[in-house]
Amino acid sequence: MSAFRRDRSADALPSAAETRSLADSVGIGKILDRGFGILVTAAGISVLALAALVGWELYRGAKEAIGRYGAEFLVNSHWDPVAGRFGALPFLYGTFVSSAIALLLAFPLSVATALSLTEFAPVWLRRPVLALVDLMSAVPSVVWGLWAMFEMVPWLRQTAFPFLQRVFGWLPLFQGSIYGVSLLAGALVIAMMITPIVTSLAIEILGSVPPTLREAAWALGATRWEVMRVAVLPYVRSALVGAGVLGLGRALGETMAVTMVIGNRPDILLSLFAPGYTLASVLVNEFAEATSEEHLSALFEIGLTLVVVTFVVNFLARLLIHNVPFFFAPRPLPTQPTEGNR
Amino acid sequence: MSPQPNASDPKPNSRTEASNEERAASRGFRIRKVVDRFFQILSVLSAIIVISPLLLVFVFLLSSGGSSLTWDFLTQLPKSVGESGGGMANAIVGSCILVAVATVIGTPIGVLGGICVCEYGDARLRAAIRFTADVLNGVPSIIWGIVVYSWVVLRMKTFSGLAGGLALSFIMIPLILRTTEDVIRLVPSAYREAGLALGLRRSQVMLHIVLATARRGALTGILLAAARVAGETAPLLFTAFGNRVWAAHLQEPMAALPLQIFAYAISPYPDWHRQAWAGALVLLALVFFMSIAVRALARGKSR
Repeated sequence: MSAFRRDRSADALPSAAETRSLADSVGIGKILDRGFGILVTAAGISVLALAALVGWELYRGAKEAIGRYGAEFLVNSHWDPVAGRFGALPFLYGTFVSSAIALLLAFPLSVATALSLTEFAPVWLRRPVLALVDLMSAVPSVVWGLWAMFEMVPWLRQTAFPFLQRVFGWLPLFQGSIYGVSLLAGALVIAMMITPIVTSLAIEILGSVPPTLREAAWALGATRWEVMRVAVLPYVRSALVGAGVLGLGRALGETMAVTMVIGNRPDILLSLFAPGYTLASVLVNEFAEATSEEHLSALFEIGLTLVVVTFVVNFLARLLIHNVPFFFAPRPLPTQPTEGNR
Repeated sequence: MSPQPNASDPKPNSRTEASNEERAASRGFRIRKVVDRFFQILSVLSAIIVISPLLLVFVFLLSSGGSSLTWDFLTQLPKSVGESGGGMANAIVGSCILVAVATVIGTPIGVLGGICVCEYGDARLRAAIRFTADVLNGVPSIIWGIVVYSWVVLRMKTFSGLAGGLALSFIMIPLILRTTEDVIRLVPSAYREAGLALGLRRSQVMLHIVLATARRGALTGILLAAARVAGETAPLLFTAFGNRVWAAHLQEPMAALPLQIFAYAISPYPDWHRQAWAGALVLLALVFFMSIAVRALARGKSR
């Protein structure tokens, strides 16, 4: 090697001291890198730990009640803390009936709203309405409850319920005396609270339809509604049902607003005008005041029941939503043989 | 009446039949247009029905709570039963403190968890964490109150602001995790590869490239989560519990706006009802302001 080249390389290479400090910093960098990886993984695992905490604390609290009542807890319809009788059936009934009615009201409205915001409404109207729907989902539960308590319930008692009773009074669902606070009032509030959620989910789902489906229907001369009916809705049917079930999951856990209007009476009554009770409401009303050990334990078991129920419903919803392409991708295929037959 | 044209008839063309067909076709078309219009009106109508409760709530709160929304209401402590006047200053400040505590606890865990779900660990662990976060997002908020009650309040032997903040942070963590994950996924992998090609370490790529790119989206998620928990009542019932005076520190029961609204709403006193309405107005303004600000922030990013 020539001296010239050696000089240059000596210039370019760092000195021995510099090399050592570089090696040190690489070592430190490696440790920092490793440390960051551990930190990040720990944060991820802490989410698992959080779920374990929920399960463990609820189980620990409910252990006594589970041991004492077993499966009877869920089918016993008497809840009388003073007499020491604890059955969760009235709460399960109230929770499911109010949520089911809410979903029955909210689901068609939400899907129709989503259709209107993606297809039917004039374009200038879509953005503001969408913004309002978004704002609606930000309204706190307690504010809904407050309004429902002071405005909706009196209106229901004086106007809506008597009217319903006149028209549908022959049905046992609409018989009995009218208090205002009732299962149906709870259902209405829940419906208002889940519509924005189901609507925005439905909008997202409708947006996922491949444009070619729509375009094909347009090209065949379909009207807007026919495009919806023939091309769009069949493609997203199961996902929309999934959105509804997700709304149901949300409805089952609605707490404050429902507590304020449902009447809080632990009895199973057929009439929708009668006061009811839900799993979440009984926790709100009795948890802080539970004095006996068994009462508290029974309330923990109610909490556990609520978690299990919402988990199952949410799980179902996710299954429905995420299986869309799997269920419906083969759908367009059967049209080919029929065309061949002609 | 002319005989109906048969599809299999090879030569059906006569003048009257054609015009009949045309007329039938145009009638069919008119019916289809009417049906189309019907469903259009129906869907727009349902959109109006869906948003009308929001407007009703607004009008109600403004008309009945607006007059009680005075300077005293914002700056004074609650007065005892029977005395009129007083305000919710401690509840407003308490809510801010609780949300701040929740954000401080929830943000690092949520954001780092989001990074973990995207980039670290093996695929099964990541899927498990993502699934768990989804499950936790579906847990009713009252459950968090009960869990923190039996985990923290029973041990500390007192309701406390700390427990309240912790319960709220438990709601925030899975929310932040999922939004962070979503925005990190949007960062093009070419950015990461460029960083790695320059000899950056993985942590450097994550912090200086990926998080820096996704910063605004992650911030949006954090603020949305904060706005969401700011309105939560149920998890605070058995943790922060509420307080009619100032809480001196975090280990004392602490007032919160939603708690105070609930307590006043179910009370029998008309004066407290009025205060509940005014409080709800403040809470709603707070939450709306946060979510509108967030949306403006998110929109700024896309342009």
